[in-house]
Amino acid sequence: MRNRDDLSDASRLASSFTDFLKTERPDLLPQIFSGTIEAMEATTILALRYDNGVVMAGDRRATEGFSIAHREIEKVFQTDSFSAVAIAGAAGPAMEMVRLFQTELEYYEKVEGEALSLAGKANHLGRLIRSNLPAAMQGFVVLPLFAGYDPRRSEGRIYRYDVTGGISEETDFHSVGSGGRDAKNSLKKLYVRAEDIDRNRAVEMAVEALADAAEEDAATAGPDPVHGIYPTVFIIDAGGVTQAETDEVERVATAVLDTRTQASRPGRTR
Amino acid sequence: MSMASPFMYASPEQVMKDRADYARRNIARGKPIVAIEYTDGVLLLAENPSAMLHKLSEIYDRIAFAGVGKYDEYERLRITGIRQADLKGYAYSREDVTPRSLANLFSQVLGQIFTDSLKPFEVEILIAGVGEDGDRAELYHVTFDGFMTDEQGFAALGGRAEELKQFLGERYEATPDLNAAIALGVEALRSTGSDDLVVAQVEAAVLDRNLPRRKFRRLDSSDVEAALA
Repeated sequence: MRNRDDLSDASRLASSFTDFLKTERPDLLPQIFSGTIEAMEATTILALRYDNGVVMAGDRRATEGFSIAHREIEKVFQTDSFSAVAIAGAAGPAMEMVRLFQTELEYYEKVEGEALSLAGKANHLGRLIRSNLPAAMQGFVVLPLFAGYDPRRSEGRIYRYDVTGGISEETDFHSVGSGGRDAKNSLKKLYVRAEDIDRNRAVEMAVEALADAAEEDAATAGPDPVHGIYPTVFIIDAGGVTQAETDEVERVATAVLDTRTQASRPGRTR
Repeated sequence: MSMASPFMYASPEQVMKDRADYARRNIARGKPIVAIEYTDGVLLLAENPSAMLHKLSEIYDRIAFAGVGKYDEYERLRITGIRQADLKGYAYSREDVTPRSLANLFSQVLGQIFTDSLKPFEVEILIAGVGEDGDRAELYHVTFDGFMTDEQGFAALGGRAEELKQFLGERYEATPDLNAAIALGVEALRSTGSDDLVVAQVEAAVLDRNLPRRKFRRLDSSDVEAALA
């Protein structure tokens, strides 16, 4: 009986859930594919720091080649009380990675009686991305963005990754995905010092940057008042992780769109 | 004629009895734990002089674990429980992780250790679970030999468990609110043990069904203090 083996060997009671899966249920680990198939892709995500924490957002579109595979997919996920992860790239492997990451963080917290440090969480996610490298070589690239509130430093922090799991911390903002470059350029123009941005302004900047990306990138969706679909926005501060209500995001997005409508009204320019 | 045979025979009855006596004796020395169902869930109270080493802990979203006896042994059981719960929730779905199946697992593990090992585990554990509004809380008490009981309303384990159960049985009527449950639990611990038990030595936690996903929450001394005031 498996549980019996567990109990007879104290060294196997370590606090990593992934290590446990490796020995006990390797079939449950994210699998490596081979061959080429078209998989669902998640597109644009971003994170930016503000005075009391960090805001993370993602558009709602997933594509398969030139088709829209999903128009209200979620790309930002709460991972524990003080962190969230956003995903770009191959949606299937990315979501499995997020689920494993969430389980790992909670498992560690329950076994050890205290949460991992924010840097510890970020490094662990780097390892998960690295273990996806063979799949990435086949085209199933997963590129998450990780952000959280660091209670030890009393500030929000953002971590970005490359496809090999290489990790670096961003001081202000970052954006990843097919529309990532456009969203990043937009944030570059909007951004001032984090200390001078409050929560509401940070949410506005996130929504505006995604709207900019949607105008330039076919795989990124803009605010969609027709279907009532708006970006996912998470706010992480000393109080924890909260998701902005759809009402608020709708209000902010409508204001962004209104400004654009007025700016491009026929006869006004040129 | 040899003086003594190197081969000693002991009947299975004797072996089992010796093991059970050994486990019971050591568990009885341990400080007790009580669980009381209250209006929003389950309250767990443990007499525990240490603020760092927990006897009460979270296993999964709506499932808590309480253990008395030998620390390293109930700690191993606890980690095995978390592991199996997380594994099941990851492989299937969070809602498939139930208090009853976990309690069954502990019963199997403890039963097997009791029969097969040289020494039984010197522990007794309680698996508590809360469900939706209107559902009764689940309390499963598993003893060192794998014997499992399903308790209603309240449970007690460790040294003085029988006295505690009797004390609670006489006083537990309609489902109390949290403060009343804390008062009843502390009174029970004081009545059967040291009546000068201070609040700082009471470890307290709840499974509160009003909390979002993870229902387990530790109460600090000031919460307990406030309930007793």
